[in-house]
Amino acid sequence: MVQLHRFTAAVPLIASLALVGCASDGGGVQSQKMAAIKARGSLICGVDGKLPGFSFVSPDGSYSGLDVDICKATAAAVLSDPAKVTYRDLSATERFAALSSGEVDLLSRNTTMTLSRDAPGGNALAFAPTTFFDGQAVMVPATSGIRSLKDVAGKPICVETGTASELNLADRMRELNATYTPLKFQSGDQTYAAYLQGRCVAVTTDRSQLAAKRTGFPKPSEHILLPDVLSKEPLNPATVNADPAWADAVRWVVYSLIQAEEMGITAANIDAKVAEAKANKNLAQLRRFFGVEGDLGKQLGLPADFVVRTVKAVGNYGEVFERNVGTGSPLKLERGVNQQWRQGGLMYSPPFL
Amino acid sequence: MTSRSEVTPWWRNRRYLPWLVQGAVALVIGVVVAFLLTNLLLNLTARGLLLSWSWLGQPAGFDLAETILPFDASLPYWRAMLAGLVNTLRVVIAGLVGATVLGTLIGTASFSSNGLLRRLARVYVEVIRNIPLLLQLIFWYFVVFLALPNGRDALQLPGLVLAKSGLFLGSPELVDGVWQAPLRFTVEFGALLTGLVVYTAAFIAEVVRGGIASVPKGQWEAATSLGFPPLLTLRRIVLPQALRVIVPGLNSQYISLAKNSSLAVACGFTDLYSVSETTLNQTGRAIEVMLILLGSYLVIDLVISALMNGLNGLVQLRER
Amino acid sequence: MASTAPLVVRASPLRRLQKELFGSRLDGLISIALLAALLAAALGFFRWALFQAQWAVLSANSTLFAVGRYPVEQQWRLWLLTTLLALATGLSWGLLRAFPGSGAVRALWPRNDRWAAAILGVLALWRPMALQLTLAIQARWWGIAGLLLLARWAAGRYGPAIPQAFRRLIPLLWPLLYLVGMVLISGGLGLVQVPPSEWGGLLLTVLMATFAILLCFPLGVLLALGRRSELPLLRWGSVIYIEFIRGAPLITLLFLGQNILGFLLPGGLAPDRVWRAAWVLTFFAAAYVAEAVRSGLVAVPAGQLEAARSLGLSVPLALVHVVLPQALRVALPATVGQFISLLQDTTLLSLIGLLDLLGTARTVMANPMFLGKNAEVYLVLAILFWSCCAALGLGSRALETRLNPHSPSAPQA
Repeated sequence: MVQLHRFTAAVPLIASLALVGCASDGGGVQSQKMAAIKARGSLICGVDGKLPGFSFVSPDGSYSGLDVDICKATAAAVLSDPAKVTYRDLSATERFAALSSGEVDLLSRNTTMTLSRDAPGGNALAFAPTTFFDGQAVMVPATSGIRSLKDVAGKPICVETGTASELNLADRMRELNATYTPLKFQSGDQTYAAYLQGRCVAVTTDRSQLAAKRTGFPKPSEHILLPDVLSKEPLNPATVNADPAWADAVRWVVYSLIQAEEMGITAANIDAKVAEAKANKNLAQLRRFFGVEGDLGKQLGLPADFVVRTVKAVGNYGEVFERNVGTGSPLKLERGVNQQWRQGGLMYSPPFL
Repeated sequence: MTSRSEVTPWWRNRRYLPWLVQGAVALVIGVVVAFLLTNLLLNLTARGLLLSWSWLGQPAGFDLAETILPFDASLPYWRAMLAGLVNTLRVVIAGLVGATVLGTLIGTASFSSNGLLRRLARVYVEVIRNIPLLLQLIFWYFVVFLALPNGRDALQLPGLVLAKSGLFLGSPELVDGVWQAPLRFTVEFGALLTGLVVYTAAFIAEVVRGGIASVPKGQWEAATSLGFPPLLTLRRIVLPQALRVIVPGLNSQYISLAKNSSLAVACGFTDLYSVSETTLNQTGRAIEVMLILLGSYLVIDLVISALMNGLNGLVQLRER
Repeated sequence: MASTAPLVVRASPLRRLQKELFGSRLDGLISIALLAALLAAALGFFRWALFQAQWAVLSANSTLFAVGRYPVEQQWRLWLLTTLLALATGLSWGLLRAFPGSGAVRALWPRNDRWAAAILGVLALWRPMALQLTLAIQARWWGIAGLLLLARWAAGRYGPAIPQAFRRLIPLLWPLLYLVGMVLISGGLGLVQVPPSEWGGLLLTVLMATFAILLCFPLGVLLALGRRSELPLLRWGSVIYIEFIRGAPLITLLFLGQNILGFLLPGGLAPDRVWRAAWVLTFFAAAYVAEAVRSGLVAVPAGQLEAARSLGLSVPLALVHVVLPQALRVALPATVGQFISLLQDTTLLSLIGLLDLLGTARTVMANPMFLGKNAEVYLVLAILFWSCCAALGLGSRALETRLNPHSPSAPQA
């Protein structure tokens, strides 16, 4: 008995020691996450992996897409190499847990920014700027005779569970005072399989995603998107609130791509532009942007020339858009609201000052 | 100082040794648990996710496809999880009944005088239990049930319609291309139930077969020589004795059926696990949701065990 | 899970067939109805398999199904591993035949072996062609199958000539091969690293299953001993662990491992999520194996331990040399039953986003090109799992008879 008491007494002692030990390494000012990424030598990026145009694995095993390019640009900024990314396919349901438990460094997985996901009392995420302004839509077979959301009332709709689409659908049907049957699936694969097998008369998610998936259907022209726009869906990369320095770095990586497009800097002409900036002391804005002058990059904990690296890696935002989802890609999406602000769109970078 | 080996050192003393071993184990477990809990607390505090249950009262904001308890998006999370639990219970209870009936039939069929029937029963067991349940569930849902005809082409019998959207009982009628009936089971429920019943029946058949085989052959022969027909012998003489072996075996099969019902996510049925996953995603409350989930399944298991122990008591009492 | 009962196989001459099928009028009716149903099902199946089914989905994705996204330029390592495995299998098989258990007759190629070799040969010849693999890859499979049979023959023929001291070391080949295999698969020691996130398909399934099976066994034995221990802390600790695990569905535990382990460990310490799932599978299966082993321990009379103790053996020695060998022999069928369910449980990895066989299948079928080809893929997966599980079951029965030819679970009439 004596021994046992001694041991039971020891447990809280050791526990408190462990507490102290763990607490002491929490107080740094610099981004722990960025230090961890540098130490590891690769950025762990959470993506969807099955969404053409945004993140998709080609048969040779390489990733491509708009979301993937954000990962590459970030890796280029932090590690100077866009290839140093470990991609992790995440389902809609597991993505936030993966991010908040530190499983992935960056979530670039067509994630809609909402208040509750952002707020410290909610999912406590830190969102980077919007990389794609989307809206939720509904797809139905052209022969179904359904022409608006009201016609869906009383019928089954397929939706991926754990998504904002699920909530928007519920809200919208409540507004319309319509009953419906939401058939929920754990993955996009199952959702579209059930829709194509005719279990539901409609499938709903972001318009871009529907368009992307439709390109792969056996007969794309037999499926139409209803005119109803159920919601605003700004898709943003995300990190966690717990590391504001890392969130800032990611935020400005995204802005660098948008700003580059505004300034007419492309992957092709960036070397010339940098040479021009270095030669001409009067191009102050360009010199600051490229890190030739000032310490903008350093303030973020990134290399001074991080903009050069990101643009070289993936091109400016316009190039990223065109290559992955634009009219030249299989998705054939118009720029629409994703145009630069000067062209009447919503893409707007704060100044690099 | 020259104490020799005839004096047992205290750490090898029989009286202390057990406590030493236990103390060491307690120390290791204690340190590991303390380490994990500290990290949990630190990580949760850092993310502002300390344990709280108030979110259970907030409106869920999502709808559920099929519920017995009325549910809509304005009701709180706890109602959603309750609706999921009720759905789980529904499929578990129906599954227990179905698997028991089918399993008993197949288990007794392996004692049939018909060689073909006997072999088919063996083949059924050997085939079904060597194929993963998840694979079977997906097969039932995507290959069998979703291949059912839809709308007007549905299989129609008097008072019964089987369509892609489900099984409709009562007086089904086609309204605007959708079948409506007072009693309705969705194909998601159907696929899950079929899969669970077919799979568990193979194991129950083995339990039943083992039980019947445990009854000495002399019992059969004695009954036959007294002029009992085979079915009566089975019912009156063999089964009551076999039940003593069968009932404890059924317990674990019933529990695994209850746990396997959580694979409902694979075929789109909104059971407790599926609702929990959605809830977790909306609220980010991983720890709390996992606690509710594990607790619920533990309670279901305990209830099944308690009932089966009661039944076991009844069966064993008849022994003299 | 139910104990695996032996399958009674008897030769059935025509007269016996008639008696079994048409013994009475009722039996006759049942037989005719069953035969008709079977015939209809078989016809329907063959019509579908030959004329409707499109097997291109399998041949087009055969690499994905086999190894997932394992880098092409590193796949030679897997071929090497397969070759080594084939050699080791042939060697062990041949040696088992060269030294049959008590009571069995020694023969170079017993009847069952001739069958097994024939089936293997047919499979190896036909399967790669049916999948329309390239000739180079077909040739590799033929070579590997040939090597296996060659090793089998050589070991059966020359096995007895190997000195006994050396022969005892041969079983050690398997753990060694496992280590070599891990290095070959994951890299290190001069090989390029291939992270677990790039393993997939059959490779991932087999790896997860073998890893968990190998580790859950010792853990399960320890837990079973703990549960039977006289020390209250060990006993209650084991009871709580076993009952907690057995009370929870595997999917919730896997989910816990994926989403909560990150909270329990300091940042960056949590293993890769493939390994995480492997450990969850291991800890899960250990609780079930513990119960199987416990049933074996119960079957060993208490006098055995007491006798060993009175002979002066310490408790651990008595357990290892006297109690456990008897208990494990009794627990063998139940334990292998757990291994079989563990192999089946690896399919649940697809629900947490890992690309095991089933996960790969679901991704492949999400490709609209192969939409609606579900039945073909699931059928092949089912056959694959069935063969593996059935082989494990057969192996367990063979081992059981070899260990104890007079066991009560030997086939009864």
